[in-house]
Amino acid sequence: MLNFDLAVVGGGPAGMAAALKARESGIEKIIVLERAETLGGILEQCIHTGFGLHYFGEELSGPEYAGRFMKLLADTDIVVKTDTMVLDIASDNTVTAVNKKDGLLKINAKAVVLAMGCRERPRGALSIAGCRTSGIMTAGTAQKYVNIDGYMPGHEVVILGSGDIGLIMARRMTLEGAKVKMVCELMPYSGGLTRNIVQCLDDFGIPLKLSCTVVATHGKDRLEGVTIAKVDDKLQPIPGTEEYVPCDTLMLSVGLIPENELSKNAGLELDRVTNGPRVDEYRETEQKGVFACGNVLQVHDLVDYVTEESQIAGLGAAKYIKGEKVTGKCVYTEGINGVRYIVPQRINCETDADVKLYFRVGAVYNNAKIVVECNGNEILSKKKKKLCPGEMEYVTLKQSVISTLPADSKIIVRVEA
Amino acid sequence: MTYDVAIVGAGVVGGLIARELSRYELNVALLEKCNDVAMGTTKANSAIVHGGFDAQNGTLKAELNVKGTAMMPELCKKLSVPFKNNGSIVVAFSDSETEHIKVLYERGVKNGVPGLSVIDQAELRRIEPNISDKAVGALLCESAGIVCPYELTIAAVENAVTNGVEFLRNCDVEAITENADGYVLSTSLGDINAKYIINAAGNFSDDLARMVGDDSIQLIPRKGEYYLLDKSVGNLAVHTIFQCPNEMGKGILVTPTVDGNLLIGPTAVNQDSKDDTDTTPAGLKEIVEKALKSVPVVSARNAITSFAGVRAHPTNDDFIIGWCEKSANFLNVAGIESPGLSSAPAIAVFVRDILGEKVELKEKANFVETREEPVRFRHMNDEERAELIKKNPAYGRIVCRCETITEGEIIDAIKAPAGARDVDGVKRRTRAGMGRCQGGFCGSKVVEILARELGVNMNEITKFGGDSKIIYERTK
Repeated sequence: MLNFDLAVVGGGPAGMAAALKARESGIEKIIVLERAETLGGILEQCIHTGFGLHYFGEELSGPEYAGRFMKLLADTDIVVKTDTMVLDIASDNTVTAVNKKDGLLKINAKAVVLAMGCRERPRGALSIAGCRTSGIMTAGTAQKYVNIDGYMPGHEVVILGSGDIGLIMARRMTLEGAKVKMVCELMPYSGGLTRNIVQCLDDFGIPLKLSCTVVATHGKDRLEGVTIAKVDDKLQPIPGTEEYVPCDTLMLSVGLIPENELSKNAGLELDRVTNGPRVDEYRETEQKGVFACGNVLQVHDLVDYVTEESQIAGLGAAKYIKGEKVTGKCVYTEGINGVRYIVPQRINCETDADVKLYFRVGAVYNNAKIVVECNGNEILSKKKKKLCPGEMEYVTLKQSVISTLPADSKIIVRVEA
Repeated sequence: MTYDVAIVGAGVVGGLIARELSRYELNVALLEKCNDVAMGTTKANSAIVHGGFDAQNGTLKAELNVKGTAMMPELCKKLSVPFKNNGSIVVAFSDSETEHIKVLYERGVKNGVPGLSVIDQAELRRIEPNISDKAVGALLCESAGIVCPYELTIAAVENAVTNGVEFLRNCDVEAITENADGYVLSTSLGDINAKYIINAAGNFSDDLARMVGDDSIQLIPRKGEYYLLDKSVGNLAVHTIFQCPNEMGKGILVTPTVDGNLLIGPTAVNQDSKDDTDTTPAGLKEIVEKALKSVPVVSARNAITSFAGVRAHPTNDDFIIGWCEKSANFLNVAGIESPGLSSAPAIAVFVRDILGEKVELKEKANFVETREEPVRFRHMNDEERAELIKKNPAYGRIVCRCETITEGEIIDAIKAPAGARDVDGVKRRTRAGMGRCQGGFCGSKVVEILARELGVNMNEITKFGGDSKIIYERTK
């Protein structure tokens, strides 16, 4: 049995930021467990730029962004174990992990930070009819083949879903000489960042087909084509609008799912919208001493926001280990009228700082107002020119306001269109 | 070299025949046109070991089903293949269906099916808690079970190869000629000589028989589509839940799988193509609609994948097993639709006996009856895992996160007799890529390991042989 103050599960941007923040807050014995061969998580294959504009004030590539944190980690005595998979987190926060060198590891930790990230929604979840040939893959898998392994995963590409990875891969494949025929998006709007639509599609003349989906795949061994169709306002394919598009590759960018197998096995209840654990303002889950941050908690748009959130969790874990974290009566958050969810789901009434409420809306709104209220009283409101599902929003609650709210009351966040 | 016996087709039937014949001092070749075993009907069916009450009394189907099902637990034990005796129920939703299950009961008793009983609504709800309120009773068959058909085939062929059978993959038989010594099979791998041919070519067994002038086999390809649901809903069904059968088969079932998923399907649609296994929007819709009738809480939202298989439906409605009338030493094992999987162990013995009419079967002294159980890291406790990694560190690297599959297990699957040569082959042997992410993370890792172990470039690795390339040339 190894003894640590803090065990961080995952060495991507979330895990690294949480570990570093905990160290900065005075925690001595920290271990980071990463399943890949290197730290950095998915950033390692994101060789495009656009990372760090908010956090560092400059535009970095994914590996550069991760590299800065790796360097900071290397300057500490935080123990890093790569190629190490966590298999279980017990109710007493004992972490079981495995790797080639150490074999089976048992780690006794005072606190645990969950930072396992997310995975891409696969084809099966979409129930696209048709063949089961090769050439159908998630955009992230294609990205790994191109950027890490250095192989072309195909030459004539249709992308389903306008999530950011799909948009990035549309540009990447084009630059590598492939023909990207179109990006189909089921919804009437894109789920990706506006800047990615401009820089990755518009600049290369790649059509974005909204309210359109792939209804069938065709081929015997390798994919030979797909049938696309327009969808109605209930998102159902409209008969008669089918169109055959020859292609050898279908890339899916149809959503990300927080990877919470460990959390679920540890008995944590997941938020039905975020698919991440339910947390308080320091990202402590419902299991004492277990924190969660980054894409395992909620899928973020930008790594900069992951870093920010993970620092909150790292600070929270540090406070918990030192016995300084406030835990007691709470107020609970709820999104209604177009607000799909709120993170954090609860706030300790006696919290020691201002709290940002993060959320996403369920549709596109122009010139809307975000209203926060408690027991029928408006606490604050914020005007927004544009709200869309692809971009995470937040409002800040002052600590002085939180402390006045009655315990167990509900903080409602809603959109006024 | 001239083989004593060439078995054409490495599905569950050909695989188990090969294993059965490997007991004897015979030179046996198992010819498979695909890159792996179990690539046809075997890899896409309901994975059910049926009781044996469906087939009409006196048919080969009835006889071999009951015998095969009785053999299955012991066979699976010897081959280290998971088998679960979960029992099956045929649910009645009306008075006329209640009458129908009584007919099935009578037929089952006549066929010699053990463990049959008709149960009322209360008992049905007790043993199958998620069953629809509208179900009024059921036929319970305690002897039925579930088994993974491709795992059984992989194990059988592995065991056969261990016992000296030669497995020839990518060996497509194009023509057959007869000479004084027997047959010459012209194949994609060149000419192969054999004294006897066993036709276990599944949907293509009619074509193969035609190569020796036998056009008596009449098959109709019948497609069946399925949804495989996540393990989180694997416990929605305890038994294999059938609805009352109709002329197209046993209808849509809801069943747990031995691996803990939930399987719903199949549809049954006749088609011209023998190998069109595309799923269809209409088929997928039908599965869910009909499955809901049995288990109202089932939802396609939990689907991790969908697939389809093509069954070889014989127009005479019974298995076609016996010497070909047009060519003396050509043995047909055709029209093996449901309950083919259940019957396969008995078919193998039945075929052996038929072959024994003409060939002297002398038992080998050194026949290895069992197949060693592959390492299954996910089923081990901490102590076993620690011990295992100490012996071989490759078991300390988890490649497939969703199913907890180690690099060591993947290497084992490649190195096994008749081992994996492609990504789907690794998946079927180890479950790597079979979980929720469907290979999103581990797919490229598996490609890398395959390339390394087989000594080829990554871009030569396929999904399932042929032109199913995964990646192409180097990037610029």
